[in-house]
Amino acid sequence: MKTQMLMATTALVVTFGAAAQADTLRLLTWGGYAPEDVVAKFEEQTGHTVEVTKSNNEEMIAKLRATGGGGFDLAQPSQDRIAGPQAEFGIYKPMDLSKIDADLFIPSMLEATKGNTTVGGDVYGVPHIWGTSGLVVNTAEAASVKDYTDLCNDDVAGKVSYRLKRPTLIGFAFAMGEDPFAAYGDPAKYEEVMAKVEEALIACKANVKTYWGGGDELMNLVRSGEVVASMAWDTGGWKLNEDNPDVTFVAPASGALGWVDTFALPAKGKADDLAYEWINFVMQPEVAAMITAAAGNFTASKGADEFASDDLKARYQASFPPEAIDNIKWYPPVPAGLEVIEGGVLDRVKAAN
Amino acid sequence: MKSGARLGLMLLLAPLLLWLILLILIPHVDMFLVSLRERVGVGEYRISLANYLTFFQEPLYLWTFLRTAVMSILATLITLLIAFPVSYFIAKIARGRSRSALFLLCLVPFWVSELVRTFGWMILLRETGIISNLLQWAGLVSGPVEMLYNDAAIMVGLVYTSMLFMVVPLVTTLESLPDEVIEAGYDLGGTNTSVMREIVIPHAAPGIVSGSIVVFMLSLGNYLTPTMLGGKDSLWFTELIYSQFIVRFNWELGAAFGFMLLLLSSLIVWGMLRLTGQTLERTMG
Amino acid sequence: MSFDLECRNLTKRFGGTTAVDDVSFDVPSGSFFSILGPSGCGKTTIMRMIAGFLEPSSGDILIRGKSVLDVSPNKRPVNMVFQHLALFPMMNIAENIGYGLRRQGMAKAQIAVKVDEALDRIGLPGIGTRKIDELSGGQKQRVAIARCMVLEPDVLLLDEPLGALDLKLRERMKVELKALQAAFDTTFVYITHDQSEALVMSDTIAVMNEGRFEQMGSGRDLYYRPASAFVAGFVGDSNRWAGRVERAEGNVMQVRTESGLSMRASAHDRAMGVGDAAQIFVRPEAIRISTAADDLAHFDNHLSGRVTNLLFNGAASRIVVAADAEEIEVNLPQSGEFAALSEGDAVHIGWAGDQGNCFAAGSAP
Repeated sequence: MKTQMLMATTALVVTFGAAAQADTLRLLTWGGYAPEDVVAKFEEQTGHTVEVTKSNNEEMIAKLRATGGGGFDLAQPSQDRIAGPQAEFGIYKPMDLSKIDADLFIPSMLEATKGNTTVGGDVYGVPHIWGTSGLVVNTAEAASVKDYTDLCNDDVAGKVSYRLKRPTLIGFAFAMGEDPFAAYGDPAKYEEVMAKVEEALIACKANVKTYWGGGDELMNLVRSGEVVASMAWDTGGWKLNEDNPDVTFVAPASGALGWVDTFALPAKGKADDLAYEWINFVMQPEVAAMITAAAGNFTASKGADEFASDDLKARYQASFPPEAIDNIKWYPPVPAGLEVIEGGVLDRVKAAN
Repeated sequence: MKSGARLGLMLLLAPLLLWLILLILIPHVDMFLVSLRERVGVGEYRISLANYLTFFQEPLYLWTFLRTAVMSILATLITLLIAFPVSYFIAKIARGRSRSALFLLCLVPFWVSELVRTFGWMILLRETGIISNLLQWAGLVSGPVEMLYNDAAIMVGLVYTSMLFMVVPLVTTLESLPDEVIEAGYDLGGTNTSVMREIVIPHAAPGIVSGSIVVFMLSLGNYLTPTMLGGKDSLWFTELIYSQFIVRFNWELGAAFGFMLLLLSSLIVWGMLRLTGQTLERTMG
Repeated sequence: MSFDLECRNLTKRFGGTTAVDDVSFDVPSGSFFSILGPSGCGKTTIMRMIAGFLEPSSGDILIRGKSVLDVSPNKRPVNMVFQHLALFPMMNIAENIGYGLRRQGMAKAQIAVKVDEALDRIGLPGIGTRKIDELSGGQKQRVAIARCMVLEPDVLLLDEPLGALDLKLRERMKVELKALQAAFDTTFVYITHDQSEALVMSDTIAVMNEGRFEQMGSGRDLYYRPASAFVAGFVGDSNRWAGRVERAEGNVMQVRTESGLSMRASAHDRAMGVGDAAQIFVRPEAIRISTAADDLAHFDNHLSGRVTNLLFNGAASRIVVAADAEEIEVNLPQSGEFAALSEGDAVHIGWAGDQGNCFAAGSAP
């Protein structure tokens, strides 16, 4: 009797478990990358359900590391943050490129991402959305801010902000005439570059109103006028531009930092087929355009530009004259262990008075 | 019969034991093991105390811990100073409806999440916020005042967040002090101060200590309030742990920090108990 | 005669209700004065006004001839033993007793001497370092009194301090309290709802009801010559009847009760006349019992009936006699002459007319 009960219960659990896995895509992604209309459309077309969890690069890696790559079926880390964590923690599984419709991608971007996410001969990521980070400037009040280091100018003292995260370190390094990406492979050299950045950031600390932590916080600071110049993502600047024409995204003189967010399969994902299905679905030009409308960023989908709104295109062109596009510094893969060097710098900057 | 009773006891204790073992003991043991790992290469680890050494060798980490502890103690003292009169009023002076109303007032802020409460303070204190505008309108200051992003703001947030956890044990212990004992204090010649010092405070000591322990631990372990209200100068120990785990992927150091926090805060609590001559049994029982 | 405590036209109103209504009394020096009344009668309010925790709405309180209305509780020369004693649990015995002396700023050595003296006085020498909860109920009682008495107050107030004790201990403490009062030679003002506490200990008892003093006098006065129906009913046990006066000759009243029984009773100089509604109280011990009706012929009132209940209680044993429609409680004589009486036996009972206390009908408890 007891055994039968047990078996029945087990069977029940297995059935339910299997059913849930077969039909549900657990997506770990950024805010805006899986807008409700796109999810609804996908669910309607395929009959599957999509569970969206919003996160950021660091949290994605931490979450997957905690479970050894389980709990999600598809993740969207940035392309430079795949190779390092993969080598260190083994949280992803290789992509079966034959299941991806390569024709949907901008070829150059697909190739670059494949190259950057290759570990041990296997490809771990394909591109989805790209964008840049640079400066958001209230041009009426902080016209002098043209590069990251200008945030430390006296005329904007107490009215600037940036994140105390690695993009700030990289951005400042470039603005100070260094090439941190070239030093990625040489820890000693990288530490030297970072030491200079640390010094600059500590000297600059009095100028900073606060280090912003999330997008909403930054928006509030700029909208209220408490902050007139800040490091930010391009879309943040364009969104603010809708409310106040003086505020816009400015590509820094030393070059905006370019990032590509990807699709990667967590090592213990249980719905790979569904994941591929989702990738091929959202890369269709008209779906990609819906995502662009929601997230504000352009996708790696070939031909989706035609569907993008004219407003967004105009803002994009205003922020990126052709020479600025050429000057974008694309993040190369971060070697495992660099974070420790950067972490020390960030801790010391935070602690400095 | 006897084995039946034992089985019953086991079944009764099972949920508690499961909870303790699964959710407290095992994660802690696991964290401890992680804290003993030292990364020597990509995916390679060995057992060592390097992470703990880092904590003691890097003045920044020690300094951050000290700062967090001192600020937490200060927050505890301020909370106590504000909460004691409030609790005394609720427990001994207010009657009937006004008493439950007052208690409710202490409780109301906890119906919204900590995040919302902290945002509330940010709206009040920021440069373009309500207090700054009010001061300008009243002509007390000539330009906008920034009240966020400093230690005082952190302190305000911590005290506000902790208030209830001080008021509840205080009200409970003060309620258990019969009115006639206080009256006897006056009747035998006591003044307000001496009755407070010799009768009320000694009686409330277990409540004061247990409230203080809770508030101290809550402040020490608080992440949101110092980060959001302290801004660029927050420098809170939990923030260090968070960034080790989430931003640096350095779980090993993060785990070591976590254990140092546990150890040092336990030490401080133990010291406080010794100093006040209280025991944990008396305080929590 | 000098008075330690005088209350003049003391009144206390809480909102619309009057808790104490125009009460005046004087307490001679060195006497034991009790206020006896049911709970809610206002006796605690009087005590709290004397101690200074409440302010009278009107009237005056004088201690040793001086008004203390403007004196705060911690400065009044009165001390109080609280209902639950209110010993300080955070202090040991010596610290408890020395508390008031410390407040007066007395030197430590002198306090120690005084505390030891007080402990000797209450018969508990050498327990100064013990904790409160190590004492028995009676010991706590004595410590609470000692704590007040070291301050040598003009008046000691006691707020039903025996209420929390068990019966046996209470009996003993009654005697002990009286002895302590004599030993300290201090004026005690004692409030209680227990008539036997008041009767045993007091020199003077005030019976209080609904904010007023019904009667003030010695225990004997109250018991044998109650001034009101309330006092007659509240102090001691009584058989009581309600009825109407049919004939009045001086103090002798012939009353017919509601159940039709006619009996004679005394008005004891209270003005009453024919047709008045009356209440009659007869104490169980005033009623004689006999097996032969002739033995009781000389009594004004006699009845015959059967024993329906035996209430054996040693010397205070009683029977309940059913006669006509009445049930009457009668004390058995202590001689043991009716010890063999059993339920259902026929008995005759009778009592003298002036043993029946007759009052104009009013409120009775």
